[in-house]
Amino acid sequence: MANNNLDQLINFYKLMLKVRIFEEKIDWLFSRGLLGGTSHMCIGQEAVAAGISANLNLDDYVISSHRGHGHLIAKGGEVRKIFSELMGKVDGYCQGKGGTQHLCAKEIGFYGTNGIVGGGIPVATGIALSIKLRRSRQVAVVFFGDGATNQGTFHESLNMASIWGLPILFVCENNLYGMSAPVSKMTNIKDLARRADAYNIKSHIVDGMDVEAVFARSGEALNYIRDSQKPCFIEAKTYRHCGHSKSDARVYRTKEEEKCWREKDCLDVLKTRLISLGFAAEQMDKIKAETEQEIEAAWKLSEKSEDTPLSLGLKGVYKDG
Amino acid sequence: MARLITYREAIREAIAEEMSGNDKVIFLGEDIGAYGGAFGVSKGLLERFGAGRVIETPISENSIVGVGVGAAMAGFCPIVEIMFMDFITLAMDQIVNHAAKIHYIYSGQLNVPLTVRVPAGAGKGYGASHSQSLDCWFLNVPGLKVVAPSNPYSAKGLLKSAIKDPNPVIFIENKMLYDFKQEVPEEPYYLEIGKAETLLAGTDVSLISYGRALHLSLAAAKIAKEAGISVELIDLATLKPLDTGTIINSVKKTGKAVIVEEGHKTSGVGAEIAALISEECLEYMNGKVVRVAAEECPIPSAQKLEAAILPSVEKITAAIKKACFSYE
Ligand SMILES: Cc1ncc(C[n+]2csc(CCOP(=O)(O)OP(=O)(O)O)c2C)c(N)n1
Ligand SMILES: [Mg+2]
Repeated sequence: MANNNLDQLINFYKLMLKVRIFEEKIDWLFSRGLLGGTSHMCIGQEAVAAGISANLNLDDYVISSHRGHGHLIAKGGEVRKIFSELMGKVDGYCQGKGGTQHLCAKEIGFYGTNGIVGGGIPVATGIALSIKLRRSRQVAVVFFGDGATNQGTFHESLNMASIWGLPILFVCENNLYGMSAPVSKMTNIKDLARRADAYNIKSHIVDGMDVEAVFARSGEALNYIRDSQKPCFIEAKTYRHCGHSKSDARVYRTKEEEKCWREKDCLDVLKTRLISLGFAAEQMDKIKAETEQEIEAAWKLSEKSEDTPLSLGLKGVYKDG
Repeated sequence: MARLITYREAIREAIAEEMSGNDKVIFLGEDIGAYGGAFGVSKGLLERFGAGRVIETPISENSIVGVGVGAAMAGFCPIVEIMFMDFITLAMDQIVNHAAKIHYIYSGQLNVPLTVRVPAGAGKGYGASHSQSLDCWFLNVPGLKVVAPSNPYSAKGLLKSAIKDPNPVIFIENKMLYDFKQEVPEEPYYLEIGKAETLLAGTDVSLISYGRALHLSLAAAKIAKEAGISVELIDLATLKPLDTGTIINSVKKTGKAVIVEEGHKTSGVGAEIAALISEECLEYMNGKVVRVAAEECPIPSAQKLEAAILPSVEKITAAIKKACFSYE
């Protein structure tokens, strides 16, 4: 049991580190002008995706937001294909036609990142409806931010999921800001989980910096959904250490606040826990070095792959047949 | 065997046939159950197919369409009824940013076989928020198909094709046509999306229309004939993809065109067709291209005003003359 637990934590460490190093690489590429467009990194929020996805099966659905690299990697996505997508290469997840905010990997149940704040919530609700109609034991998990809970689609979808009894897990990653807007200014309640009460949906509040807590709570929530065929809601209290997107001076928050959350960083929390369980620091350094190599190798491969030609870019507007 | 049925019944039959033929076809909308929908189209469908497939929704247009998009991505073929076309404005995000784009942006991994049915048009004195024809809004969105049948026969055949189509289709029903009757075969049939129909062959002027305006155009064509003008009448039936071949061939032959629609003129369907004609047929022209559309004001509630701002047989007749006699 104890060993299983340690293995699980090591896996979390590997996964979260992979997301962190990937996102840092993206940030670095932007700073060098080596990537165009934009990207919303999830640095600081890795534990939410990792903890929840560890409870999912391959055929469960994940629907993500604009901040979705971590969700995709946690569902089993390949970093090379994400790099390639961001660089407009043919071997990207969507041949460069989607980009960071429109990533999709159907074969692993990843039904898309989404450029419209709140846009994925009704889509996920419809996917959950399809599960119900098919009478399978799958679930749909939809990730969104605190800001998205002020969209009409959020309220409309929670209501429909509740009245129809849909197998969906709503995951609100409350990172305290929607772009520059503090949640405390845009919402007059302390816990966004309270919004689920209005629709008679069971909810949990969880420390999003603690992957073990996320894992345990979401495991409970997913069992509840599969057994009861009712929706559930998780509010994960978290923080993005980085800016909203690339090149953000973060003028809307204080350095003290940032420092305070840095001290609660999900990877540091996990490291401390691993050390307390007797896992050697050198082992962690080794994992880190390997992960860095893996990300670097993936980037190199993507860099070398082919740009998507216009002939392909003009295709696929409609499905034939 | 054919029998006389209404546009409303033809639409209901199309839904029922597709639902019987494929259990992945589901139907969502407000008040579509026992009530039968705001225009009575769905009467009897709940009893026949059950609440698992005829799904009554809260008043949440954007998310109803969104739920349709999600279910479509996960293997279903949803039909969503938006009670009045005016309310489709609330669902523009899910239609424009999601339904239309998912196949492309996700590079063909997923597709959205969704049909959004919308009762459109004026003539009942419902006022500005319940009478619009926003058809042209959707022509500017790659990834959508737009169908707008003018009669029971085409409504049934095109709706069946729309439901089967692997892409999102906006299916525009004109609410003044619901009681319009026509002979429709009893046997199931499909009509191809993207095909216009030449209803009258003529040599002097191409009269291009669809939906309810097609009926006014037909009446105007008869009047023109009495005045010695031979009108070629085209029912577009599908607005996107537009049957450009039929339009171009007709205008090359007649050298003149009148385009009639119930929506507003600015950037409307007629504007698109006029541009097409100027790109493809200019050297064949011996007359004008004239548009007939709703006046540039919201649809007034007072029925006399409403009638006055909409296209009419008189306005179309005058437009035909203007197109033909402009160089005399
Ligand atoms: C409909 C819509 N409005 C605005 C934006 C611009 N935008 C992108 S992300 C964002 C903030 C979203 O905040 P939140 O939901 O808390 O997610 P977070 O970025 O914190 O992960 C905004 C305003 C958008 N993409 N879509
Ligand atoms: Mg936020």
